[in-house]
Amino acid sequence: MNPAYKMSINRKELEEIASLAQLNIPDSQVREITDSLNQVMGMIDHINEADTEAVEPMSHPNDAEQMIRQDEVVDGSHKLELLKLAAQADEDHYLVPKVID
Amino acid sequence: MINLTIRQMSELLLSKQVSVQQLSGLFYDRCQSHNKSIGALITLNDELNAAELLQAQQQVELGDHLLAGIPLLHKDLFCTQGVKTTCGSKMLENFIPPYDATVVKHLKVAGMVTLGKANMDEFAMGSSNEYSAYHVVNNPWDVSRVPGGSSGGSAAAVAARMVPVATGSDTGGSIRQPAAFCGITGVKPSYGRVSRYGMVAFASSLDQGGVLAPGADDCGLVLAAMSGHDVLDSTSAQQPKWQWHKPQNPDMSGLKVGVTRAWIEALQDTDVKERTLQAIEHFEKNGAQLIEVDLPHADLAVSAYYVLAPAECSSNLSRFDGVRFGHQAKDISDLESLYRQSRTEGFGDEVKKRIMIGAWALSSGYYDAYYLKAQKIRRLISEDFNKVFAQVDVIACPVSPELPFKHGEKADGVSMYQADQFTIPASLAGLPCLSMPIGFSQTGLPIGLQLIGRYFDEQTILSTSDKYQQQTDHHLHMPEAFV
Repeated sequence: MNPAYKMSINRKELEEIASLAQLNIPDSQVREITDSLNQVMGMIDHINEADTEAVEPMSHPNDAEQMIRQDEVVDGSHKLELLKLAAQADEDHYLVPKVID
Repeated sequence: MINLTIRQMSELLLSKQVSVQQLSGLFYDRCQSHNKSIGALITLNDELNAAELLQAQQQVELGDHLLAGIPLLHKDLFCTQGVKTTCGSKMLENFIPPYDATVVKHLKVAGMVTLGKANMDEFAMGSSNEYSAYHVVNNPWDVSRVPGGSSGGSAAAVAARMVPVATGSDTGGSIRQPAAFCGITGVKPSYGRVSRYGMVAFASSLDQGGVLAPGADDCGLVLAAMSGHDVLDSTSAQQPKWQWHKPQNPDMSGLKVGVTRAWIEALQDTDVKERTLQAIEHFEKNGAQLIEVDLPHADLAVSAYYVLAPAECSSNLSRFDGVRFGHQAKDISDLESLYRQSRTEGFGDEVKKRIMIGAWALSSGYYDAYYLKAQKIRRLISEDFNKVFAQVDVIACPVSPELPFKHGEKADGVSMYQADQFTIPASLAGLPCLSMPIGFSQTGLPIGLQLIGRYFDEQTILSTSDKYQQQTDHHLHMPEAFV
């Protein structure tokens, strides 16, 4: 591994990131995934070399304004078609494991 | 027949020398017979749709649209009503969309005939097509090598003439790099030119649909049909429908071509370097004026991109939770575990890696230092382009610093990321760009040149490329095994 990495994560931080990402990391892969994330983070750290004083962040390539349309129903309901895509659903609902006792 | 341009095929259809059924049947059979060795398709339709063929034949007879009756493949991230759309992922293995993407709808209206869905890196994340959850794609020029990615299936299918044209999408180079690796032309239009409605999202401020075909004229014709403002995509540009005007002659007088000398000088591969210099010389011989240009912040582009694209991906892919659609883990007793286990099972390693990088870059404590910082660099790069385009009409530069590599050769992900150094800057700035074939290495592998244009000026890059192609035939070469 490149010793020049400034940003790097440990096992505890990997678990926090996995939790934010809603992913499970099997014990057998902790080492490999930590290394591979650290490698990318090392590459990303390059951005800190740039002077960005007084530069406005750019979130959209042509700084377009968000278009807003009239608040009118233009599309009908597709409830049944959409519910059909779910692994578990009844005629009106998506079904998930019990949340409240 | 298989190596004709779209205009030539259309001419044969119009003059009744061939029917829509025959033309589609010919390419359908090629998809069927070559998919085993190339792996370019995830889904080949069970059969040609009789109603679709009939409609296309009627459109041909009415002289309705030049594209009527021309067969194509859609990259498997464009939703196709009633046809499985996997996005190269096990997460969407059984996803059959109830609607068509706007791009798909436009091309159907033009009378194009869809043969199936093209293979791709999972969720369009990758530059070799090795991250498809289904199977790898082999480069038709050398099956031991990758076709590039993420639109690798589209590019390989066109290179082997399994179809005359395919759609693709490009976030950081995913149309241009596979087009270069497979010896065909690929265009990524300006951000906002083509609707993203129904195109599975990876990084919403960068993703843009486009076209892969042998020549620039083929690309121009199909891009014109798929472009246009769409009320269903709030980021689609409010521009009149784009039209493609094929240039009458190869004269480039008056055209100012910006040349990124420093990038070319730094190329390690001598074949890539020589072909690039030759192509640029060709422009000059045809009357173009060459002007040396510099994009001083472009060397930060890959690093900034690997903050921004994963950040947007982590947000977009949070919708895959196993509940409403997509893969759901079995026998789970609580909701949180259902989310986590479904995602853990459904996503491949590369996708998970990018989601985690994104989740980290957006998390408290890192947001300012990484996400905002990367957005500021994005602006610096965009301003670099603005300065350059005050002096030139088009920028000519390499697509990839290297030739198509062997399967498994780049096990280290970061080196694959860094090879996108020339395609990512234009993506960050949202500019139209393309890759066109400019010849071959001594080992017979194709090489591409990138052209980048001003915002919404697809015409100049495509017509520059078409003029070059009026005098060269690199784009018409086919790998021998598929002739």
